[in-house]
Amino acid sequence: MNPISLLGELGRAILTMLAAFGRVALFALDAVSHIFRPPFYPREFGIALLNIGWLSLPVVGLTAIFTGGALALQIYAGGARFNAEAVVPQIVAIGMVRELGPVLVGLMIAARVTSSIAAEIATMKVTEQIDALVTLSTHPMKYLTAPRVLAALLTVPVLVAIGDIIGIAGGYTVATQNLGFNPAAYLKNTVNFLELRDIVSSLVKGAAFGVIAAIMGCYYGMSSGRGAQGVGRATKGSVEAAAVLILAANFVLTGVFFSL
Amino acid sequence: MIRMENVTKAFDDNHVLQGMNLEIPKGTSMVIIGGSGTGKSVALKCILGLIKPDSGMIYVDGKDAQKGDRDAFLARFGMLFQGAALFDSLPVWQNVAFRLLRGSLKRQADEAREIAIEKLRRVGLKSNVADRLPAELSGGMQKRVGLARAIAAEPEIIFFDEPTTGLDPIMSGVINDLIREIVTEMGATAMTITHDMSSVRAIADNVAMLHGGVIQWTGPVGQMDASGDPYVEQFISGSAEGPIEAVR
Repeated sequence: MNPISLLGELGRAILTMLAAFGRVALFALDAVSHIFRPPFYPREFGIALLNIGWLSLPVVGLTAIFTGGALALQIYAGGARFNAEAVVPQIVAIGMVRELGPVLVGLMIAARVTSSIAAEIATMKVTEQIDALVTLSTHPMKYLTAPRVLAALLTVPVLVAIGDIIGIAGGYTVATQNLGFNPAAYLKNTVNFLELRDIVSSLVKGAAFGVIAAIMGCYYGMSSGRGAQGVGRATKGSVEAAAVLILAANFVLTGVFFSL
Repeated sequence: MIRMENVTKAFDDNHVLQGMNLEIPKGTSMVIIGGSGTGKSVALKCILGLIKPDSGMIYVDGKDAQKGDRDAFLARFGMLFQGAALFDSLPVWQNVAFRLLRGSLKRQADEAREIAIEKLRRVGLKSNVADRLPAELSGGMQKRVGLARAIAAEPEIIFFDEPTTGLDPIMSGVINDLIREIVTEMGATAMTITHDMSSVRAIADNVAMLHGGVIQWTGPVGQMDASGDPYVEQFISGSAEGPIEAVR
């Protein structure tokens, strides 16, 4: 391949990528705008709250408790190399609240919720249910997208908070049961070390990751191709996009909160 | 009355509609026939605004279908989809009463349920299916629920997309008779897409043959067999010989 063709291919790829970003951005703006414009669908919002929030609790809890426990073991083992074993409570707290809690909950939501939203909406599209909604004077963005995005915006920060607490509890359990830490001192060190900014950043990340997860699920579902293969591609694409965007957003938000 | 004037629609280099003209007088039943992939569903979706035509005009009662209050426009329509397109997550009665539970036609839930059950009876389904989920019904029952949904809000215009596809001949006959009865008793304007010639004869007042992106022939169903149009004759006979290529 000559250099001009190569350059052409590269340019085409970049333009395709930018067009995709543009489409997602317009979709996201449209989705968010429908949250504030009637009609509202409280039943669909309630179902979305249940699916995204309540039913994600087991996977979030299990992820957090194992991560918190493993983190305590790692910090204890790593810290022992330079006589810093005592910092386990502080590092578990800061690690869970600032970083691991929001990111792992975000990724779990991408795996569980984004895939489910994308598959459901893509199947609705393939079976003409989206067209049926339109003919029944119901806007698919209002009926399908807005309730899910709003539910994710509200519930994922709560899930992150719960994940943070369970993760810290996992670290506490391992540290006090296996590593010989004093329970009262562990808790005191954890509480004293955390700052309001840590908690706020955790919740803001949760809200951002929730919105990303829901929008990616809805976008890929609505843009699905035909047939079972189209549904499969939409589901896979939504999880990949949500996971990458969550990690990218985490980097940006960490920079915003902690590089100042 | 529905009027399509020089409507064109292409998907990439596939020119599906190439200047389609069609008139459906008020209160009549038009059936569009044509081979697979000739744009019958696209034409129907263009009228509903589900697909935007590339050019041409569509009028409903003399008004541009693409302008004006969209909700009010769609409230005049009922549609039976090919695969019924029932909402999996809702029980049958909520599918039927979907339009009556929200939006400008909203009623109390009890009243909407009563209407849904009455419409289910009208299409030959017992009230005990009302609380079942669509996945628990057979294909024929799903089609009938779709039909009940299409007529629930007593629309002026009803579209039927392949109403008998995938059904056995007996169930096809039942659906055809139901459509004819409902259209007649409601005085609705109907547009049906089908390949099934028994449906054409049972449902149609008028027939239009769509091929090559344009209407090749249109006329009363009684004149269809003697139309003299080679496309219509080949379609009725089901022959591989004729102007419609068997390999497309």
